[in-house]
Amino acid sequence: MELRGITKRFPGVVANHDIDITIRKGTVHALVGENGAGKSTLMKILYGMQKPDEGTITIDGKQVSFSSPADAIATGIGMVHQHFMLADNLTVLENVVLGGEKLYGIGARARKKIMEISDAYGLNVRPDALVEQLGVADRQRVEILKVLYRGARTLILDEPTAVLVPQEVDALFANLRELKAEGLTVIFISHKLGEVLAVADDITVIRRGTTVGTADPRTTTTKQLAELMVGTELPSPETRESTVTDVPMLSVQGLRLTATDPDGVVREVLDGIDFTIHKGEVVGIAGVEGNGQTELIEALMGLRTPDGGVISLDGADISHAPTRKRREGGIGYIPEDRHRHGLLLESPLWENRILGHVTEAPNSKRGILDPKAARKDTERIVREYDVRTPGIDVTAASLSGGNQQKLIVGREMSHNPKFLIAAHPTRGVDVGAQAQIWDQIREARREGLAVLLISADLDELIGLSDTLRVMYRGRLVADADPATITPEELGSAMTGAATGHLEHNENGEGR
Amino acid sequence: MRKFDKDRLLLGLAGPALALVVAFLLTSVVLLLSDRNPFEPYRIMVENAEFTDVQVLILNQTGTYYLAALAVAIGFRMNLFNIGVDGQYRLAAMLAAVVGASVELPGPLHVLLIVFVAMFVGAFWAGIAGILKTTRGVSEVVSTIMLNAIATSLIAWMILPANLGVQAEGSNDLTTGEIAESGWIPGLDVDGGTIYGFTFVAFALGIVYWFVLNRTRFGFDLRATGASDSAAQASGVDAKKMVLTAMLISGAVAGLTGLPLLLGQTHTYSFSFPAGIGFTGITIALLGRNSPIGIFFAALLVAFLDKASASLDQYGYEKEIATIMQGLIVISVVVSYELVRQYGLRRQQQKVGEELAAQAKKKEAVSS
Repeated sequence: MELRGITKRFPGVVANHDIDITIRKGTVHALVGENGAGKSTLMKILYGMQKPDEGTITIDGKQVSFSSPADAIATGIGMVHQHFMLADNLTVLENVVLGGEKLYGIGARARKKIMEISDAYGLNVRPDALVEQLGVADRQRVEILKVLYRGARTLILDEPTAVLVPQEVDALFANLRELKAEGLTVIFISHKLGEVLAVADDITVIRRGTTVGTADPRTTTTKQLAELMVGTELPSPETRESTVTDVPMLSVQGLRLTATDPDGVVREVLDGIDFTIHKGEVVGIAGVEGNGQTELIEALMGLRTPDGGVISLDGADISHAPTRKRREGGIGYIPEDRHRHGLLLESPLWENRILGHVTEAPNSKRGILDPKAARKDTERIVREYDVRTPGIDVTAASLSGGNQQKLIVGREMSHNPKFLIAAHPTRGVDVGAQAQIWDQIREARREGLAVLLISADLDELIGLSDTLRVMYRGRLVADADPATITPEELGSAMTGAATGHLEHNENGEGR
Repeated sequence: MRKFDKDRLLLGLAGPALALVVAFLLTSVVLLLSDRNPFEPYRIMVENAEFTDVQVLILNQTGTYYLAALAVAIGFRMNLFNIGVDGQYRLAAMLAAVVGASVELPGPLHVLLIVFVAMFVGAFWAGIAGILKTTRGVSEVVSTIMLNAIATSLIAWMILPANLGVQAEGSNDLTTGEIAESGWIPGLDVDGGTIYGFTFVAFALGIVYWFVLNRTRFGFDLRATGASDSAAQASGVDAKKMVLTAMLISGAVAGLTGLPLLLGQTHTYSFSFPAGIGFTGITIALLGRNSPIGIFFAALLVAFLDKASASLDQYGYEKEIATIMQGLIVISVVVSYELVRQYGLRRQQQKVGEELAAQAKKKEAVSS
């Protein structure tokens, strides 16, 4: 597949210009670039969602022109979106045939085809499982299968590893290699440069709407790649000097939380959680998603009532305080899913600045909102936290993920929190914004902020934390020293393979 | 950068405009299909509305509709669908009439008592749905519909002469007895009739509604809950309390719906008291996009359709044309708002992208 001189203009602006990419058949081709560099526009063009103003797309020597995704699918191009598009209450089989009923029917023929594909590429899907019961990695495989089922020979994967843990990433890469071996082509979009280097055969870097270069994964380092991508030096999450004090800010003792399954079985989702975060300390929680991290955050925020245990903030028992009291008491919250928990997407930025702090200055006085002051403060946040926006009256939905996150960080930091919950603070955020967010967390930590950091990015976790704990099936099973531990060791502890204090040793195994 | 506000206003107007045009066109199609002149009825209705007595009727009806629509809109603003406004206002009007007829108090107190009873009953009836939702997870849509049916039967039973009702001599109609004059609200006499005093209260409530929603913490919490339930909870809104409070307020406002008529004209509740206003209120709240000004114009339009269509019969057209049109308005409103909303979001995202790119370019130009 070849893309030559692709240019896409929006009135007054050029989103893509002179894009040149050659994608060899039967390879994994990585496309890297910061958010807003023009990757998504390019993908939309490739997938038929938008038409280029100039340039040509050539597939197998034939020039093509797509006017809708249906055209792209007909030519054998399929897309696996970053946010899965599956119906939770349908089975895998039903999800796959949905919208493709004409291909192989909806019965035995479809099932046979699905199993064929699944076996051919080692996807291991169970056609009768309900999608809601599947984990993230399984859902992703269903998405891939869906695309293959429709006859795709070229797969576009948009940030496929953002939601996966290292072991799952390895499994995904194994799948991708299978696909490659069968002669399929994969276009892989990612921020995670280490992964790009591990899986890609070719790499194309996009910056400011155009292709700035290609790299050979065998000879390039992540640092070189990142510099090519950002145009400047690579930031690192490392915290240099320790600022940990011996003044406890948040302490959790014997926290227990139970939940009832759809089947009526009562399960312990949090069990015997004990930890203390001191002023100026960052405690990082590592763990495969779904092992109780979300529930821990919800219990700390007061969104769930614990079944036992004590949570105290700055000496005061807040175990049963309502969420608003906790927020007023100095808990800042960077939620893991900013769209669901951090923003009102269709409201303007200045209203989003009020969200979560409606009772606090400058947003309101004695029950009455003060839009003028809130707007002014929003402008300050936009300035100080470098939120790229044309104004504060635009809706939050129109900002890129990184800028949305900067707004949230700015908002939470503006109320001088004593304790900050940072859940995946840089997920889906480009490299530039990532460095800024890390800086802000470090800055606040220096001033005595206590931070609970939950992240799937192990480098971030190791780099920012003063203390590391590993969460597995609702328990804190191990702890580690971020100064010596490696991501691989941490990754294996996250699967429940190790308990107690993890020591670094040369064989790369925890004790 | 206020231009995004202007954009939003334009898009806000585009929704209803599109819906109305489509609804009018579809009504014309219906007329054509039944071999009628597709535009004549509109002309007759507009001509009708030139009479001052029809104008007074329209204005009074607008006030009543306004209250019902506000009640619905309060629910809508936080994603609650209070279909029960209809039962709430009828039950409220009836019990308020009963209480009003049974006591005699000095003027303002008497009126205040009636208003209070109406609000209380409305809130109580809606509150049942609120409690069912917060404690048992019962959808308010289902429970309020059922409460409507229960209210109908309850009213029919309570108004029996053996219970609370009164049967006037030589009449078949059952009433709740006459409220003494101290419990009336005087109207404004104008050319063509009397504008009910409570109509002005209704419009004043629109201002209160705007203020509470847009300028108070409570209003912010309510709107946040409507915009994103999950984000609101994470921000510290107690979801259950909010559902119950919103239901109570919505019911209390719904309870006022019958009062312009009760306090201004009938002074009693009877079987001929208008029913179904709660449902019209849903149409109006939808068309008016839950905004106090939008609701006013929507109420005015629907009141116009109602009152100006009354004499269509004389010209050989069925007055149900207006009902058909109201139905078509509901459908086209729902469709056109969603279209406009999506278009607006997309457009803004694109515009923001453009402006940012332009800014970046400028910066680059400066630095190079």
